[in-house]
Amino acid sequence: MSEQHTPLWEVFIRSRNGMSHRHAGSIHAADAEMALQAARDVYTRRGEGLSIWVVPSAAIIASDPSEKDMMFEPTGDKIYRHPTFYEIPEEVGNM
Amino acid sequence: MANDLFTYTMRLADDAAILSQRLAGWCGHASHLEEDIALTNIALDQIGCARLLYAYAGEIEGKGRDEDALCFNRNEREFTNLLLLEQPNDDFAYAIVRQFFYSAYVLLFWQALKSSKDERLAGIAAKAEKEAAYHLRHSAEWVVRLGDGTEESRSRIEEAIEFLWMYTGEMFEMDEVATALAEQGIAVDAAAIKPAWNKSINEVFARADLSVPTGTWMQTGGRNGEHSEHLGHVLAPMQYLQRAYPGLVW
Repeated sequence: MSEQHTPLWEVFIRSRNGMSHRHAGSIHAADAEMALQAARDVYTRRGEGLSIWVVPSAAIIASDPSEKDMMFEPTGDKIYRHPTFYEIPEEVGNM
Repeated sequence: MANDLFTYTMRLADDAAILSQRLAGWCGHASHLEEDIALTNIALDQIGCARLLYAYAGEIEGKGRDEDALCFNRNEREFTNLLLLEQPNDDFAYAIVRQFFYSAYVLLFWQALKSSKDERLAGIAAKAEKEAAYHLRHSAEWVVRLGDGTEESRSRIEEAIEFLWMYTGEMFEMDEVATALAEQGIAVDAAAIKPAWNKSINEVFARADLSVPTGTWMQTGGRNGEHSEHLGHVLAPMQYLQRAYPGLVW
């Protein structure tokens, strides 16, 4: 499978109205139209989706794993950012 | 009348079953995983369609034959599928052109059959129409990419188009059975959808700068059970299990 002729695409599926698109996996395809069809054929065979996005994998800018300490560790001790200190009245039910 | 309806429904069922089996031949053999799944998805759509049609045909016949009996316990000469659909998977381009010629036709066919006075056929047509629309899109996009791809892909699809063209005339034939049912508002006037089919073929071929063959000599016989030598080889693996173990169920 040549990356040159059939580049890699990332597939995002939205399963229901009101939900966001979630990453489902990746496929190879020659161009955008074929990528959309391949995504439909590979990732929505069991009624998983109402909407598909395909994005060229090369267009995704990823964070550098070696920078994970700098990027993510500083949030580790900021528990006050979690909304866990509120008393929720019972009548509200699940939030 | 009941006899005509049985014959007519069996033709449609055999079309779906034989094409399905041909497509299933790509399972594990397609050019890449994505297309392997795409082709077998289409095969599964065809099986679903064949089951509905065989089950209905069995009810019309009223002799207790179910969908399995009708699909697995009949011989070549009893099958009445279009010759186009039994043609071999010699090359990916052959499979694509076969699918494209048929899907372009059968989409128009189901759209017309949706207004059949036979409610069961109309219902099956409504379901099959959506599937056929996707099969057409998928195969048409491949026709364009093979035609407009490399020298190699272009020469292969040109060969497939040239070879399969003579099997396209059969789709639009109207024999006594089809004509009698069409007059009652049950069957589709297949001859009447040919101009729209031509238009559909011309548009897609134009996108890839492919020529539509001009040949007018057409193969025929499938609807009467007269087949190419390939059908027996399609049936053998398909029917093996029911022939070796009659009545076996999962």
